[in-house]
Amino acid sequence: MKTVAVVTVGAVAAEVLAEIELCLGRHFGLESQRLAPLGEPEFAWEPARQQYSVIAIMRELLRFCPPQAVRLLALTEKDLFIPMLSFVFGQAQLNGTLAIVSLARLRQEFYQLPANPPLLLARACKETVHEMGHTFGLTHCLERKCPMSLSTTIQQVDGKGENFCANCTIVLRESLQLLRSPDMLRTEEQP
Amino acid sequence: MKMPWEILVVDDEEVMRESLAAWLREDGFVVDTAAAGAEAVAKARAKDYAIYFVDLKMPGGMDGIETMMEIRKLHAEAAIIIITAYATVDTAITAMKEGAQEYIVKPCNPSEISLLVNRIIKVKNLQRENIILRKKLTRHYSFHDIISKHPRMLDLFALIRDIASLRSTVLIHGESGTGKELIARAIHYSGHRAERPFIGVSCAALAETLLESELFGHEKGAFTGAVAQKKGKFELAEGGTIFLDEIGDISPKLQMDLLRVLQERSFYRVGGSDEIHVDVRVIAASHVDLQEAVQRGTFRDDLFYRLNVINIHIPPLRERREDIPLLARHFVERLSHELGKEVDDLTEGALRVLLDYEWPGNVRELENAVERAMVTCRARVLTEEDFAFLNHNKPERRGWVPPANMSLEEVEKQVIVATLQRTQGNIKEAAATLGIDRSTLYDRIKKYNIPR
Ligand SMILES: [Zn+2]
Ligand SMILES: [Zn+2]
Repeated sequence: MKTVAVVTVGAVAAEVLAEIELCLGRHFGLESQRLAPLGEPEFAWEPARQQYSVIAIMRELLRFCPPQAVRLLALTEKDLFIPMLSFVFGQAQLNGTLAIVSLARLRQEFYQLPANPPLLLARACKETVHEMGHTFGLTHCLERKCPMSLSTTIQQVDGKGENFCANCTIVLRESLQLLRSPDMLRTEEQP
Repeated sequence: MKMPWEILVVDDEEVMRESLAAWLREDGFVVDTAAAGAEAVAKARAKDYAIYFVDLKMPGGMDGIETMMEIRKLHAEAAIIIITAYATVDTAITAMKEGAQEYIVKPCNPSEISLLVNRIIKVKNLQRENIILRKKLTRHYSFHDIISKHPRMLDLFALIRDIASLRSTVLIHGESGTGKELIARAIHYSGHRAERPFIGVSCAALAETLLESELFGHEKGAFTGAVAQKKGKFELAEGGTIFLDEIGDISPKLQMDLLRVLQERSFYRVGGSDEIHVDVRVIAASHVDLQEAVQRGTFRDDLFYRLNVINIHIPPLRERREDIPLLARHFVERLSHELGKEVDDLTEGALRVLLDYEWPGNVRELENAVERAMVTCRARVLTEEDFAFLNHNKPERRGWVPPANMSLEEVEKQVIVATLQRTQGNIKEAAATLGIDRSTLYDRIKKYNIPR
């Protein structure tokens, strides 16, 4: 059974975690496997920027991917950055194993607005689909409604949907088939 | 399939380099990285990247500006983006004066990089489309390898189609290098003779007796060295076309022989007694004005009228400058295949140099110039510098300033001499350039005893 291991980095609300797991099943048809939560990523704290280095966190996370899992998805409330950019909503290894999504800038509170739990869940789901999409080889999509379109502002996140466009669906399906084909071969061999 | 655009990220700091590369890869680009200026230049030499991100501050060897300038030498059209820390924005602005296209301050807003890259790629895509479009356009203006959009040449294409299936003799006049043989071939291959041979003979290249045997063949023992019977070009061209280039140079005896072939459609091999009948279309060409040669008495008038049934004049390249970009791009495309070198286009600067040049050697000289530039160029586009050698052969364009003590007549004589030199003795052209009619020009030539 192919699974996605899901892990939290620092404290993450339980309802968000549950929603993300449902989302993974909906869009990738993959079962999720929750790992023991990880503590605060103090090693990745960058005082000068008052943010966490997503590269440092990812480097650490690679050690936690269980052998039976095909992907490792990390969720965090921490505000993440890469050196070049002032912030990122998430980061993933293109065609790799690891994806991470930050909830910090998906919350209305970050923009000094009243909390909006359903909106947060919707945004978290879109960004999870986006980062997971990268691990399946999808690059940024020009279709603005597609979750694979690049969003660098919260308005762009809200502007897109959570369902892949036709083009991205084709690429994703191929990647998923590659994942499953060894299993299919085994079933055929049985008498 | 569409070629993906490639990007080179140059930064000595690994985290910086890798994070930008990863971000760009997510965007679907093929990204290479370099940790130092020298490494970047080496990579740029091996590959033509669409965009270069270069960190301004790199310790040791080359800093960002030096790296950028080296890349710029290799790829004049490359988009170079300087990456800088907030503290050094002033230097970044200096960098832009040195040829950087943009600068970004780190850490930058995520939307900034994507917007920047997308904007550059949009322009690059347009340029690529333009190149493809222009190549199509070249095909549109080409007729059997002759390329032009000049109205007189387009008329000429139509004329060639009209006369292709006739047997009438054609006389082509044009300066050397204008493509007289191409026109002759176009006539041959557009008509029903296309399946039969096209045989070209340069009359200027051979001595009289050799040319005679070349054209008409010889019998065994006709002269010393004639150890076997040999068929001449007229026989070999049977059913097809014979192209006699530089016909103005043939001797009076050969002029008479040719006249006979044109009148009788038959001839004798050298030393032979059998009359040989041929069905051959004759196309003759000359860089000198044969009509003037007739007036001077060096060319038979009866032969001239036989040859001049259909007259084609090819204008020199300097009179159809709009063809220069078209031809230059055509040669770039063709030579990039032949030389196995990936060159797509010429810069505006390069075209300006070509348009400014006089092209005394016409299309052939242009072709040679493009080839020479392509052999030495190191980028995907030919720049002004690649054609620097043209400035050495550039004729003096400064007005002619007569010395103070020169008489008006002396001035007139010198102007006529200079003009005749430029037109290679072509009276018609010289007269047109001087704004006088031909008989006036003849009068002056006689008056000043100008040698020709
Ligand atoms: Zn993305
Ligand atoms: Zn899409």
